[in-house]
Amino acid sequence: MDAFGSLVEGFGTALTPTNLAFALLGVLLGTAIGVLPGIGPAMAVALLLPLTRGLDVTTALIMFAGIYYGGMYGGSTTSILLNTPGESASVVTAVEGNKMARAGRAAQALATAAIGSFVAGTIATLLLALLAPTVADLAIEVSPADMFAVMALAFIAVTSVLGSSRIRGLASLGLGLTIGLIGIDATSGQQRLTFGVPELADGIDVVVVAIGLFAVGEALWTAAHLRRRPVDVIPVGSPRMSRSDWSRSWKPWLRGTAIGFPFGAVPAGGAEIPTFLSYVTEKRLSKHPEEFGRGAIEGVAGPEATNNASAAGGLVPLLTLGIPTTATAAVMLAAIQSYGIEPGPQLFDSEPELVWGLIASLFIGNAALLVLNLPLAPVWARLLRIPRSYLYAGILFFASLGAYAANANTFDLFLLLVIGALGMMMRRYGLPLLPAIIGVILGPYAEAELRQALQISNGDLGGLIDPMSVVVYVIIALVLLFPIVRRVLPRKAHVPVLDEAVHELEEAHAHHGATTAVAVERHVGERHVDGGRAGERPAGERRDRAPGDPPPGS
Amino acid sequence: MTSAQDGPAQGQEQGRSEYGVALFLGAIGVLVVVSALLLPESRISRGPVGPAAVPVVVGGLLVVVAAFLAVDVARGGRGEPESGEDVELGAGSDWRTILLLAASFAANALLIESLGWVFSGAILFWGSAFALGSRHYVRDAVIAFALSIGSFYLFALGLGTVLPPGILRGIL
Repeated sequence: MDAFGSLVEGFGTALTPTNLAFALLGVLLGTAIGVLPGIGPAMAVALLLPLTRGLDVTTALIMFAGIYYGGMYGGSTTSILLNTPGESASVVTAVEGNKMARAGRAAQALATAAIGSFVAGTIATLLLALLAPTVADLAIEVSPADMFAVMALAFIAVTSVLGSSRIRGLASLGLGLTIGLIGIDATSGQQRLTFGVPELADGIDVVVVAIGLFAVGEALWTAAHLRRRPVDVIPVGSPRMSRSDWSRSWKPWLRGTAIGFPFGAVPAGGAEIPTFLSYVTEKRLSKHPEEFGRGAIEGVAGPEATNNASAAGGLVPLLTLGIPTTATAAVMLAAIQSYGIEPGPQLFDSEPELVWGLIASLFIGNAALLVLNLPLAPVWARLLRIPRSYLYAGILFFASLGAYAANANTFDLFLLLVIGALGMMMRRYGLPLLPAIIGVILGPYAEAELRQALQISNGDLGGLIDPMSVVVYVIIALVLLFPIVRRVLPRKAHVPVLDEAVHELEEAHAHHGATTAVAVERHVGERHVDGGRAGERPAGERRDRAPGDPPPGS
Repeated sequence: MTSAQDGPAQGQEQGRSEYGVALFLGAIGVLVVVSALLLPESRISRGPVGPAAVPVVVGGLLVVVAAFLAVDVARGGRGEPESGEDVELGAGSDWRTILLLAASFAANALLIESLGWVFSGAILFWGSAFALGSRHYVRDAVIAFALSIGSFYLFALGLGTVLPPGILRGIL
């Protein structure tokens, strides 16, 4: 099928008055919620999941896409105007953006973030439209054995995020898979881990897990450590940019897009690594390296573009394979499933209206973001002053409302509190949330594919092996064994830009985690391990970056 | 995110609770494995792989992870608490706030079907705001009821989901 023809039809779907209205509503809600401190896009989508019960699936997903993009953008406003960074993807933006704002250049920082997000989002959505049908066509041939291998790769990749503790990632994955096991086994009809509780027989609703982990967990964790001092919000006028700001921003936007998209498309743990990579790249290429650390506009333009491009890149595996690479994409996958639609390679054939309407609405949402956000910036800035007692009370209120409305069952509210407590514990002990939510959502699918594959081979484990799955298993082995492989490789194989990005990443973590309880020093072995992971994708990464890299001297 | 050499007292204190995480993971892992092995023989089971295979693997993973985590903690590794815009790490957890929040939350869960969402939701919001340090009792109550009544009608009229009306049945 011709991608452009389908895209035009997609615009036909997206531009109906209802869908357009919900796209705009999603962008507005997403930005507002993204600006609110403590609420990221994943929590926003989780809290709004119950609303979809009253909506048509295409409309609901169009709204979610708006929330996804809007939330990404809203987060950058928070990190520029508040003196403390929020979610991991906007940590880098806070480094330079907040410095710019303090130097009286908040308007320019917001403008380069908004326009950069628009440019990156548009190019990346175009890449998504061109690439996704091809990937889906290739993927439609895969057997259950291959699908299981790809899911196993997703599990391993999200737990092995650069610069973080693998063992804690695996712990989180195990917890998620366990939650996914609860309920009646579809193949044998037997109850697993239900302990005779009838409410658990159908399994724990993914809506309850998502709201519990992201909303209740976050509210409880923040409440336990609430900053009682008034926040320091930097006032801002209408965003604008001078000619020199433009000329310093456009190349970082393009480079950021080229870095962000491929990183978003592979399941490697979200937007944090590519944004740091973009930051380091800009620092190296800048004509004003001395400004870095004191508010360099390139340091906002690049990472913000990267952030949005990786958000669009993340939709490639989501729409073509049914595999989410970010927490937000995971929650969107749960939304798709709740309509009884099986995500996977066949989605492009079975639900063309849904897929292309969604892609078209991403273009519309992106343009709407630009139009809304430039004039509305002062309004968003005012949201940052919301009293924290109301903010977190409101999160708990809407979390309970959403979880109850999903099944009209009081049991779910107690479950929500238990999962919220689990989410709080995970935040306290540095267990990442992404592997857990991916485990909950993909775990049952992975088990089904595995059992189907073994059913075909009549129990012979050899049935899991075919040419494609072998390739995937080799990649998994490389990811797992990289710390060892790394030591054997010559020093030359290290990619300096990546090494530096990892270093910056660790510094940022060390800085933000610097409490009396958590000191910053790492032992040598650990650094070596993380440095090793850095060299993992040198060739592909470089090749992917090339198209967006303007030729020298242009 | 790992590893630290802290002041001895603080480090030990933190370390002990980190072992608690390893213990928690290990206990869940054992529970998953044991309950899988206790599954009765299925009569309608299809295919060579039964319902116990995956739980055994997942439980096993948790047990192994718990062991590695304990080793990591013993070697000085520490989990990095999550930071955020409104989070101020450094002091210990504020358990009084947490307990008050949990109480408001449980009150809503217990009262939603008898009293109805309008009251139980308002109690949840008002109690949470109080727990988080708001002392504008009347203003909080007005906001709480505005939210609970507003959401009741939004769900009833906009989404066709009727939340429990409770004692206001017939009035709303």
